[in-house]
Amino acid sequence: MGRREPSRGGASAPAQLTADQQRKREVKMMADSDSADVALIGNTDLTSSESENNIVNTMVEKGTALLRKIEINVPEAEKRTGKNTVNMQETYTAYLIETRPAESLPEGSVPATPDSLWRRYSEFELLRMYLLVTYPYIIIPPLPEKRAEFVWHKLSADNLDPDFVERRRVGLENFLLRVASHPVLSTDKIFYRFLTEEKKWKDEVLETGFQDKADSRLKSLSAMYRVKNPDKKFTALKLYSDELSAAISQLLRVRARVADRLYGVYKVHGNYGRVFSEWSAIEKEMGDGLQSAGHHMDTYAASIDDILEEEEHYADQLKEYLFYTDAVRSVCRKHELIQYELETAAQDLVSKKQQKEELTTGTVRIFSLKGMTSKIFGQESQEQRESRLAALEQSIQEGEEALKEKNKECQEFLQTAWEDIERFKEQKDRDLRDALINYAIMQITMCKKGIQVWSNAKECFNKM
Amino acid sequence: MSAGAPRGLASSGQKPIGEILHPLCVAEEPLSPGPDVTVDTEGEKEAVLTNGTPVETSSPASASSLFNRLQLDDDLEADGRDPYASTEAHDLFVTVDDPKKHVSTMETYITYRVSTKTTRIEFDLPEYCVRRRYQDFDWLRIKLEDSQPTHLIPPLPEKFVMKGVVDRFSEDFVETRMKALDKFLKRVADHPVLSFNPHLNAFLSAKDLNKRQGLALLTKVGESVKHVAGGYKLKVRPAEFCAMGEYLDTFSQKLGTIDRIAQRILFLQSEYLTEVREYSSVYSSWAGSEEELQRPLEGVSCTVSKSCQALEDLSENMGQDFLPVLREYVLYVESMKNVLRKRDQSQAEYEGRLEAAVLRRQEDKSPIPVEVEKCQDRVECFNADLKADWERWQSNKRQDFKQLLTGVADKNIHYFETCQAAWESFITVLQDKQTEDRTGETN
Repeated sequence: MGRREPSRGGASAPAQLTADQQRKREVKMMADSDSADVALIGNTDLTSSESENNIVNTMVEKGTALLRKIEINVPEAEKRTGKNTVNMQETYTAYLIETRPAESLPEGSVPATPDSLWRRYSEFELLRMYLLVTYPYIIIPPLPEKRAEFVWHKLSADNLDPDFVERRRVGLENFLLRVASHPVLSTDKIFYRFLTEEKKWKDEVLETGFQDKADSRLKSLSAMYRVKNPDKKFTALKLYSDELSAAISQLLRVRARVADRLYGVYKVHGNYGRVFSEWSAIEKEMGDGLQSAGHHMDTYAASIDDILEEEEHYADQLKEYLFYTDAVRSVCRKHELIQYELETAAQDLVSKKQQKEELTTGTVRIFSLKGMTSKIFGQESQEQRESRLAALEQSIQEGEEALKEKNKECQEFLQTAWEDIERFKEQKDRDLRDALINYAIMQITMCKKGIQVWSNAKECFNKM
Repeated sequence: MSAGAPRGLASSGQKPIGEILHPLCVAEEPLSPGPDVTVDTEGEKEAVLTNGTPVETSSPASASSLFNRLQLDDDLEADGRDPYASTEAHDLFVTVDDPKKHVSTMETYITYRVSTKTTRIEFDLPEYCVRRRYQDFDWLRIKLEDSQPTHLIPPLPEKFVMKGVVDRFSEDFVETRMKALDKFLKRVADHPVLSFNPHLNAFLSAKDLNKRQGLALLTKVGESVKHVAGGYKLKVRPAEFCAMGEYLDTFSQKLGTIDRIAQRILFLQSEYLTEVREYSSVYSSWAGSEEELQRPLEGVSCTVSKSCQALEDLSENMGQDFLPVLREYVLYVESMKNVLRKRDQSQAEYEGRLEAAVLRRQEDKSPIPVEVEKCQDRVECFNADLKADWERWQSNKRQDFKQLLTGVADKNIHYFETCQAAWESFITVLQDKQTEDRTGETN
């Protein structure tokens, strides 16, 4: 299986770009230009990895301050063994994160060696958890899958399988770039430290105390509560994310089955190779033609491996958005929680005010134990009443403050969340559209290969 | 007819043209029954072969003597277009087409139109158009096998089809069968010896074939049993015929393998198609919940469907054109093996009789009987016919497979080209729409 070249997805001024990167930028600019048909059809020679780089370039060109400053890569993965938390020997994979300054250097000078550090998957998970808790109104980019899912039979579900590791490396790089290109997330200090400080980072992130919030957040996410006035937009968004999740899951499942079947079709053609070879042995004039044609059949059978490997990249692009729907749902639930807290606070205030009214006017509107006991055991003294009233006033004032706060929180959440949701929607439409075109390009390549092989075989048959 | 001196057969070209009877006259005669009868009536009739066919109908065995014959009747323009064709003239063209269903009280069956165009004088008219059913082709084949035992008769498509499993009247089945019947007839018509067989003539020209079939049925007794005469055992088979036998064994084995591979591919392709159809509909249903992405998703769904259709066409073609021809060749190989066996028998018989005659001569000085020498001639005739037919067959086989396999390649190329075009169109449409949207926005 061929390994993908480590992608150089970081943005930088043109002078520092390699020829490869430069070409990719041109390709992307052509694709965006209005001279439509020539541009993209000419690009049908793009490989899917190049097309993916287009998506990365888009991210990067949107330009955050962080990415103007540094370039981020995850160029390597390495198998390691070490003791885990329960002091047992385990094998895991470590990923190299490289950062280098993004400024252009004067002509002729040697580029500085990049800063680099090694991280394992669990550290990425920790970072993401921190971001989830700290920015509940942001749709946090997902990590590549923990375990291989939606695999077709030939693909290994083993986490240590080199192809899985390779795809995960790409996914982790993608994750870092997504965060680095996000207008809000890219400014986070802990994220920056993740990229630059290998040893002390873990302590720093734990010191933020996000884990306490994480626990309560987890609780809230799983709690059942009913919101009286659900926000229509958020309800629609939740519904959409459920639909998207279902659609992509089903797509990935069927795709895996399709890949399986196609694999079989191609491989059986290899048997033609063998039988033609055997047959050519008993023929005189026909022999050479048959033999060569047989070789082409072998080539045809072998070609499916690369084709399906390419398709895995497409599957990964879809998976990213499948996992994104979890993040979207998470934001929706957080909003529900805030809304619920707001409604509860408002309800609280209303009932306190009613109590006050009762206390001052003497009428019992709502049933209260105090009211009952005072009826049974007699009215309380003036002093008692006044102290109770004072406490209530205090409570009401606090309640009003709390309500104001909650309202503010809710409004802010709505605003920031919805801003991010719009950004996400645009990103999703763009990325998935590119992924589909990417898929079409892959199919075209596959067809071209098929035509090539069968044309070669035909030539051999003609010579029989 | 002197009974003593061994006579040369017409095959050696010694018989003057004038004495060769017109094939059509000879065809009118009922065929004589068994080998034993032949010996008895030897004095009254013309020299006949063991199976009772008059010599004249088993036209000259070697191509060169046929050539001499043809020189009187037909033009000798060799067909320069086809390098594999022999140098005989193409003056007999046959076609099988236009299948029609016939329903009668007794049965339902299909007839085919058999059209003939010819300049041969053996035919009364230059053109014929008759309707024949499979039974009639079968009759012809049996007749040819019986009357030309030293020649390889092309195979017919399978006779029996399991009712309930295969629909005998489905368009596909009828079309496939018709193509095979056409091939069969063309191969016979192209054969330098078989094409002059009177039975073929009758098949192509007679209005009503039933009479012949009736007659044939009456005299059918013992015809197929003819070659097991004497139960002689072959001592040594000449090397070239051994080689032929080995070749045929290996070849038919390989054909079988190719058939199995092709069937497996068709099976896997159909499973693949089932999944791909669902794949297409998943994209379509996803499109339902999207706005901007609706168009691209529908586009993918549509294009995937188009690829589906193209693959269905490819599979259908392979099933109809490739597999039947492959199977036909397996039958052809079987026919050829049969002829080789008959040749072996013929040789064994000769050697057996010769041995017996030599022993007798040693005892009582009786001369080698005529039939022994006739046996020798028969063997020589058989060998020559077989060799000529073998060369023809090899050359035709090469042509047929070249055509067959390039056809397979073409079909696959066409499939990929169709798919490629569909995907390219998808991208173009998407790009165009984007341009449209952009200009719309700026306006």
